[in-house]
Formats: sequence, C-alpha cells, structure tokens
Amino acid sequence: MIDQLVEQVLAGRRRAVARAISLVEDGGSEARAALAALHPHTGRAHIIGVTGPPGSGKSTLVNALALYFRRTPTEPQPTVAIIAVDPTSPFSGGAILGDRIRMRDLAGDRGIFIRSMASRGNLGGLAWATADAVKVLDAAGYDLVIVETVGAGQAEVDIARTAHTTVVVEVPGLGDDIQAIKAGILEIADIFAVNKADLEGADHAVMALRMMLDLNTGGGHTVMHHGRLMTAVAETEEMDEENRWRPTIHMTVATRREGIDELAEAILAHRAHLERSGELARRERERAAAELEMIVQHESLRQVLDRTDQARLSLLIDRIIRRELDPYTASLRLLHHE
Amino acid sequence: MADRKIRVLIAKPGLDGHDRGAKVIARALRDAGMEVVYTGIRQTPEMIAEAALHEDVDVVGMSILSGAHMALFPRVMELLRENDMGDVLVVTGGIIPDEDVPALNEMGIQGIFGPGTSTDEIVDFIRENIA
Repeated sequence: MIDQLVEQVLAGRRRAVARAISLVEDGGSEARAALAALHPHTGRAHIIGVTGPPGSGKSTLVNALALYFRRTPTEPQPTVAIIAVDPTSPFSGGAILGDRIRMRDLAGDRGIFIRSMASRGNLGGLAWATADAVKVLDAAGYDLVIVETVGAGQAEVDIARTAHTTVVVEVPGLGDDIQAIKAGILEIADIFAVNKADLEGADHAVMALRMMLDLNTGGGHTVMHHGRLMTAVAETEEMDEENRWRPTIHMTVATRREGIDELAEAILAHRAHLERSGELARRERERAAAELEMIVQHESLRQVLDRTDQARLSLLIDRIIRRELDPYTASLRLLHHE
Repeated sequence: MADRKIRVLIAKPGLDGHDRGAKVIARALRDAGMEVVYTGIRQTPEMIAEAALHEDVDVVGMSILSGAHMALFPRVMELLRENDMGDVLVVTGGIIPDEDVPALNEMGIQGIFGPGTSTDEIVDFIRENIA
C-alpha cells in the first residue's frame, strides 16, 4: 500500500502526491515509512519561502512568480509546486484556507501543483508537516517549491530553516513603528519585495530597508531555535566580501505583475550564488541538523507520553500545583521513567 | 492516523457572484473543526476538479444560485471520476428546484441543501457520509 503510493509519487502522479501530503500531515507510522522511502529521492528542488505580514500580498505575489517561472523562455520550463499555509483556529481546530483565491491564474496548468495547508497549532509560521510536504513534492519531481507562510510578524522564522531562498514581503505605509516589528523577520531575508509599490511611501520603505542592510556588518544571519541562537546562513570567515550575498530589494505591484520579472530573476541569482559559494551545502547541513533535532524532540515527547499513564501524569501535575514538586524535577522523572 | 481532519472544498461554480452563503457554510465548517479550502467565485468545473485533486479533499461543496447547476454539475462529476476521485462526497446548496433533485442524486450528488437549512444539519450530514 505505502510502497505503491511511494512509487506513484516518484512517477509524479498528482493523485498520489496529494494523498501522500495528507498522509504526512496526519502523521503516524505509515507517514514515517513513506518519508523514509522518499528521502533518497529528495534534494533536487529549489525551495523558495515567501513570508510577510497578513495582507501584504503574499498569495498574489506567489501567483505572479509561478506564472513567470512557467512562462520563462528557458527550456525545459520548471515545474512549480506551491504550499500555502493558513492558520488553524485555536478554538475549533478548523481552518479556512483561502490562498487559492489569489492563484486562479494558475488553474489548468499541469506543471503546477497548489496545496493549502493549515498550521495545526504550530506557531513558527508553518505547519509541523510543511517540511515533509516539501519532501513529497521534491521527490515527485517539482523543480521549484514555493512555500507561503501564514501572515507573519515577528517570530515566525521557521521558513528560513525550510527554504533555500527566503523572500520577505513588505508593504509601504506601515510607518516607523514597523522598525520594532522588523527585528525578527527582516533578518531572515535573502530578498525583499516591497509590494503594493504603487502606494504612497514605497520609496520610504525601500530606503528604510536599505539603511538597515547598510548597518549589517555581516557575520552571518542567525535565527532563534528553541531559545538558542543558531546560524541560518553559516558564513565563515574565509568567505570574502565578494562571496557574501547582500539581500536585494525589489518594488512590486503583484496585482499588475509589475516588478515580478526582476524579483524572479533575483531568486534564480540567489540560487546560483548558493551553488557557487558553497553556501548551499552549508545550508543543507544546518537544515538537516535542525530537522533532526526537532524530530528527536517530537519523538521523545511522544514516547514519554505514550509510556506514562494518565493517572501518574495527573498526580505529578497536582504536586506541581501544590508546590510539592517543581516542573523541572517532574520532567526529569518522566524522562528517566522514575 | 494520528490526527485525521475532514478536508472540504467550497466552490462557487458558474457566473453568479453571490458568495455570502458559501462563506457562511465555510465558516460553520471551520467552527466544526474542518479544514475548508475556499476557492471563491466563478469557478469552472475544471478548476473545481483540479483543486479537489490537489487538496485531497473528502468533500466538495458547491454553492450555486444562477440556475446553471444542471449544465455544470455533470461535468464536475465526470472530471472527479477521471481524476480517480469518484468516492468524494459531493454536496450542494443554493437555489436548486425540487424537480432537479432526482437527477442530481442520480449523478451521485447526495446532500442538497436549500435556503433555510441549518448549518448544524450540513455538518452532521458531512460527518455521517464521508467515506
């Protein structure tokens, strides 16, 4: 059953690809078996992350980018898969996934696959299974995989660990107070798109970004990972100034497809830079390390909870509330099965 | 299956632009814990079948008020079958005359919900009828 599904995914059959994504979203042993079988066939696709605040035009921009890539004169034209993440309601567990509305231009093109995904309680801007869904699409042979995050503000930087090229979408007119918000998300950008650039204040937004970049003294981009800093872009000392990527800034009006060619070419140029500088291999290593750590964390939690009976867990919680036990000691007892 | 969610596609086929009903249903299904892919107005049967395929939905819900259902729905059903998705639950709502109901049932469209249907009734119907 799983063997057959994997075989059909590798053959690029869309029904199987869709089913495999559902499987990895739901998790469990069959999902793990499928991912294990697909893993050797991954690593070929270029993964593009698109993030930015809600309403900044991410979906419309993704629509325009995909259209551009599908119409480039270079042969063969790349196939494009899109994963668009929207938030899950913390109350009902349901979700409205509306990113497809902005992507109707892409309908009917068999070289495009669009999947909407609910965040299912994950807080980093992606769903837990987004990286696994990317693997399914990579193994199915899509050349470019574009991942659109939930509307992101400050801390949603998971995309930098999933994508090769991260595009941060900004819009004019958010004012000076945006500076504070910018701290987290702006640091992960390889490329900036100032979208809705026909609005007043676009020049100002570009200038503010340029100034921020001028203040960067290099030393690598870092992202917080479980409370500690980890290097997202492992730039080493021997990497000279010429080899360092300086984030580019592009004005776009996605609804009118203005500035899209320049943005798309910047993405391809960034890919070329990653390959040329050896940065791609370094990022792959960082990604694999972060992924392994996350899975170990997830797995150990699952194993501890599986073997702990509810009564015992409840007893420990009672004792923490009564201040007879602190949560650190309690967690060690659970981990060591005392 | 660790966490199986019901996935539903809500689409408005044809040319009428009245999407309030579709949005009310989408919201109600969300509140019932389902994942609702909302595709918006003016969807062709090809777009609906393609979205259902990509999104691997359990249910396709179509809202239509233009009267074109007898022209559009057979094509949707045909395309779903072509995509190996003949087992998907297809429901519809909007303005559907009673005399069309037997023909729609014949096509494989089971749930037909006219004006005044409570959203609870639709949620229950979906939960009871998905494969």
